[in-house]
Amino acid sequence: MADKMDLLDVEVWDGNMAASQAFRQAQIDVVAAYPITPSTPVVENYAGFLADGYVDGEYVMVESEHAAMSGCVGAAAAGGRVATATSSQGFALMVEVLYQASGMRLPIVLEVVNRALAAPLNVNGDHSDMYLGRDSGWIQLDTFSPQEAYDLTLMAFKIGEDHNVRLPVMVHQDGFISSHTAQGVKTIDDDTAYNFLGEFQPFNAMLDFEKPASYGVQTEEDWHFEHKARQHNDLMTKVFPKIDEVFADFKKLTGREYRILEEYAMDDAEVAIVVMGTSVESTRIVCAELREQGIKAGVLGIRVLRPFPMEKIAAALSGVKAVATLDRSSPNGTVGMLFNEMSGVMINATERPIINNYIYGLGGRDLTIEHIRGIYGDLQENAKAGSLQQPLQQFIGLRGPKLSFY
Amino acid sequence: MAENNGWDQFDAGTILFSFNDKVDNIATTHAENRPYSNSNSYTASVGDWRVAKPIFNKDFCIDCQFCWIYCPDMSILSRDKKMVGVDYDHCKGCGICVEVCPTNPKSLLMFNEQHDDEEALASWPEKESKEK
Repeated sequence: MADKMDLLDVEVWDGNMAASQAFRQAQIDVVAAYPITPSTPVVENYAGFLADGYVDGEYVMVESEHAAMSGCVGAAAAGGRVATATSSQGFALMVEVLYQASGMRLPIVLEVVNRALAAPLNVNGDHSDMYLGRDSGWIQLDTFSPQEAYDLTLMAFKIGEDHNVRLPVMVHQDGFISSHTAQGVKTIDDDTAYNFLGEFQPFNAMLDFEKPASYGVQTEEDWHFEHKARQHNDLMTKVFPKIDEVFADFKKLTGREYRILEEYAMDDAEVAIVVMGTSVESTRIVCAELREQGIKAGVLGIRVLRPFPMEKIAAALSGVKAVATLDRSSPNGTVGMLFNEMSGVMINATERPIINNYIYGLGGRDLTIEHIRGIYGDLQENAKAGSLQQPLQQFIGLRGPKLSFY
Repeated sequence: MAENNGWDQFDAGTILFSFNDKVDNIATTHAENRPYSNSNSYTASVGDWRVAKPIFNKDFCIDCQFCWIYCPDMSILSRDKKMVGVDYDHCKGCGICVEVCPTNPKSLLMFNEQHDDEEALASWPEKESKEK
């Protein structure tokens, strides 16, 4: 029996510690992990909890991230609660196995502490790794602060493990800005947190000796399409109701409210910024400042990237005159992902906003309050003119001559 | 498993079950008595890409069970520690059984897949004399 840990109502945790405490409270059966900056402390702290008797479980040290996710796949198929953490190159090395995990419908929780992808080698935060995972069939939850990393990591188990869902879940937080920045985090006591999740309920466990199952079988043109369609259908239809339910239960338990789409001052907004990660908080600060000046500004924070909440976004952006999409990942030859997604959402709307695209913050480059004021300035120009007044895609915070395209 | 099942008609995940019913003490139940499902390879012929086959000659076999132990595909049939023969529905023709057979001459030898069994047994090699 694992020891309980006495927590203060508010602990000073960075995002990594917040995630490892959520892991501990979930009483995971198996963590297979390989360290990589900036996610290392998630599994390092967890290993400490385990060594000190706060967790009943197995910790498997492996030779690579590919092996880490493979270990998680095996343990999850065997019938256990499973999680791990990674970043950047480690995430890239896991990619092959990410598709195995989601295709086998294994509810693994992966804490992704977002970091740039080399080359050039860089340990700081951007969203390249998060973007790399977005077609992998996982549920992707995005957090904007250590508190949210704690809350959503805990909730991720409850969402993914539901027998109607049975999908793996990534919980994203920004490398260093969230993962290494200590803030006051409101805690849940161990029993309450564990009971919120409940005991892990196996489903067609490989190691059910009375009814053994083979996982990861081969299908060719006769079955592959049906399996992929089933997975997509369940992502599209089963996940949002479950997230709504878990968010509602969590609010009852803690008073903290989460929404699939985090709308800030969007009700009557005429200019809006769509953004992810810690930049959501910075953008809200500027938005509040503009609201005081009577400017109808809003912020759309993407809480759930996959499945993609298309209808909710369409509703939120309806009536908005100009929208900026902020992508923290190099688009490498096209527009940013959020520009594409928002344009896709609004293409069939009767009143389409002017949408433009900003590339920012690559490799941990700061996004400043002044940058965000400038973006809202562009949006006001576009809203007033009713057409795009700048190049469609602009790089911000970049040294050298102004870089823009389209 | 029905051939025309739609995308909404199976358990989530790429899962196949070995047995039709719940099983008990399966390790001590002979394969032919297990309630294998159609999705278990036991019920399927998976040896059709074999190009060379092991032929068993019981005249020289000492029932040492080496072939049974080393076969990577459980294709050596053995009952009560007596070698019975080869399961050609599952044997892939790797030749490991022949390699590990310790008798002189060997009790298992590889032949072309189309080679006639009777002819193979009739032309089995003589015992090799040891060089002094």
